[in-house]
Amino acid sequence: MSACSAARHGSASTTCKLGRFGRGVRWSLAVAALAMIIVIAIGHGRYSVPIGEAIAILLSKLVPIEPTWSRSAESVVTLVRLPRVLSAALAGAALGATGCVLQGIFRNPLVGPQMVGVTAGASFGGALAILVFGSALATVGLAFIGGLAAIVLVYFVSRIDTRTPIFMLILAGVVVSAGFSALVSLVKYVADPNNSLPAIVYWLMGSFAIATYQKLGILTISTVIGTGLLFSLWFRINVLSLGEEETASMGIAVERTRWLALGAVAFAVAGVVAVAGAVGWVGLVVPHIARTIVGPNHRELIPASALIGAGYLVAVDTLSRTLTPVEIPVGILTALIGAPVFIVILRRLGTKGWGRGG
Amino acid sequence: MSCNVIEPASTGHAGIKPQVSLGYVTVCYGRRAVFSDLSMRVKGGEVLAVLGPNGRGKTTLIKAIVGIQALAAGTRDVVGSVGYVPQSTLTTFDFSVREIVMMGRARHIGLFGSPQYEDHLAVDAALRRLNLADLADRSLSTLSGGERQLVTIARALAGSCNILVLDEPASALDLKNQRVLFDILRELAIKDGMVVIFSTHVPGHAFAAADIALLMHSAGEFEIGCVDEVLTDTTLTRLYGTPVRVVVATGDFPRMAAAIAV
Repeated sequence: MSACSAARHGSASTTCKLGRFGRGVRWSLAVAALAMIIVIAIGHGRYSVPIGEAIAILLSKLVPIEPTWSRSAESVVTLVRLPRVLSAALAGAALGATGCVLQGIFRNPLVGPQMVGVTAGASFGGALAILVFGSALATVGLAFIGGLAAIVLVYFVSRIDTRTPIFMLILAGVVVSAGFSALVSLVKYVADPNNSLPAIVYWLMGSFAIATYQKLGILTISTVIGTGLLFSLWFRINVLSLGEEETASMGIAVERTRWLALGAVAFAVAGVVAVAGAVGWVGLVVPHIARTIVGPNHRELIPASALIGAGYLVAVDTLSRTLTPVEIPVGILTALIGAPVFIVILRRLGTKGWGRGG
Repeated sequence: MSCNVIEPASTGHAGIKPQVSLGYVTVCYGRRAVFSDLSMRVKGGEVLAVLGPNGRGKTTLIKAIVGIQALAAGTRDVVGSVGYVPQSTLTTFDFSVREIVMMGRARHIGLFGSPQYEDHLAVDAALRRLNLADLADRSLSTLSGGERQLVTIARALAGSCNILVLDEPASALDLKNQRVLFDILRELAIKDGMVVIFSTHVPGHAFAAADIALLMHSAGEFEIGCVDEVLTDTTLTRLYGTPVRVVVATGDFPRMAAAIAV
């Protein structure tokens, strides 16, 4: 909170009894909690690995430790679980951070990453790649291109009427999403029902089941660059969450800043869709939870949304592979959990306003 | 204009006197001209009140002065930096007073920048100036309308503006808060040498705070002059389209007059 920084030069501040040191402790605890969730998730599954053993296996990659575990435990942890759990964490972080930024710059708490057309565009690119090439790398590449193409299209559609930019942008997002959804249906229609159709359908449902280190690498790059850029814009995003004209009167280039943020959002979201398919609801629900904990200031809201999103998606992904003998696509679970949680949030906000919560 | 304006004690930014002038400005919504060929000039130390009935284009003029309303014709010249106080600040998210005021520093903070020490100093100074220091960590939604208005002014001041433009600043305030507001506006003009421009539909506000009044009679007709000269029974009756009488308070009340519909 910027209130805390003012405490440095002596002005009394009631919300900052913790001070900078306390803030550091809080963030360290949050990061430690995420690490705990990740380790627990790595241990859990059809082939159960005790948590101590999982930690030892992970540490043995960094420092020499005498192995006391079976080779199969080691390969489950390092080849299957680790890339999967880390992919879920990065995807959750990207979705949480982009969600809170979109809600900020559209000044609308009901907006999520799916609203700006990127998810639909990336879905079409990925589905087309599965149909035509059938290779994982092509899927990732075309999903990226599709997602970025969608945001460019949204940009040009929203320029039709420049008087009400926010309204036109959301409208353009809806229109572009609808167009790409129709194209996805077309791809499904012409796909081979015995081969590529199921692949497309399962990919679109959203899943981390076939996570590899190659995909993890791509997701790391898109998440670090995308959310890093968004975090560095935190002050501008605060200002953008005021009214359009007020922002303009403060002498900053509203349009340019907004599109820079949207470009970063598109980059991060396209990376998630490319690797894991369309995982919905995370970017819509997580920022609300983060806002009730740290308040609306994006300096803390963006990292908090990223941390909570990461923990949440790792937990849901672990449930998706352990709840039933047959894995449930994670996108289905996030929607099943997200929808009712969102109704609860709506009820709370309806009575208390879009505030800091408690 | 020479309306008994008191020479400001300081002249703001390094001796350069702030000034706003519009030359033959026309603003259109679609094909309809909201107003046309409007000219005016306000210098540091002066307070201008823009008067007109509802819907005459006061807000549009205010936005044109701020520079966030495109001009169909004419020129806008500004010497100094403009701080804008909109009629109401509706924030979707519940920021604290300090966070809101800090946003006024936006023009001094780079695209990827964070507030620095001098930004915090400017925010603290603006909060103290408007007696808001005790409210600094409260959230905006817990404040009264009058307090919120002061926060918005503090936000403009935090940006180190020397031209303050306010849209209907007193419309939601009770009498005491109106007094507080107008005292601050006069002080900013007289002590700090700022240009202060505000719009209102209440002539009494102009008597209370302004040196100069701009009357927007119609889309093409304006009257601008010293408050005492230009705000008369005749001009106000014409402006509001209903009989109006100016009543001056008796006794030792400087700047106390009201216009009443009769």
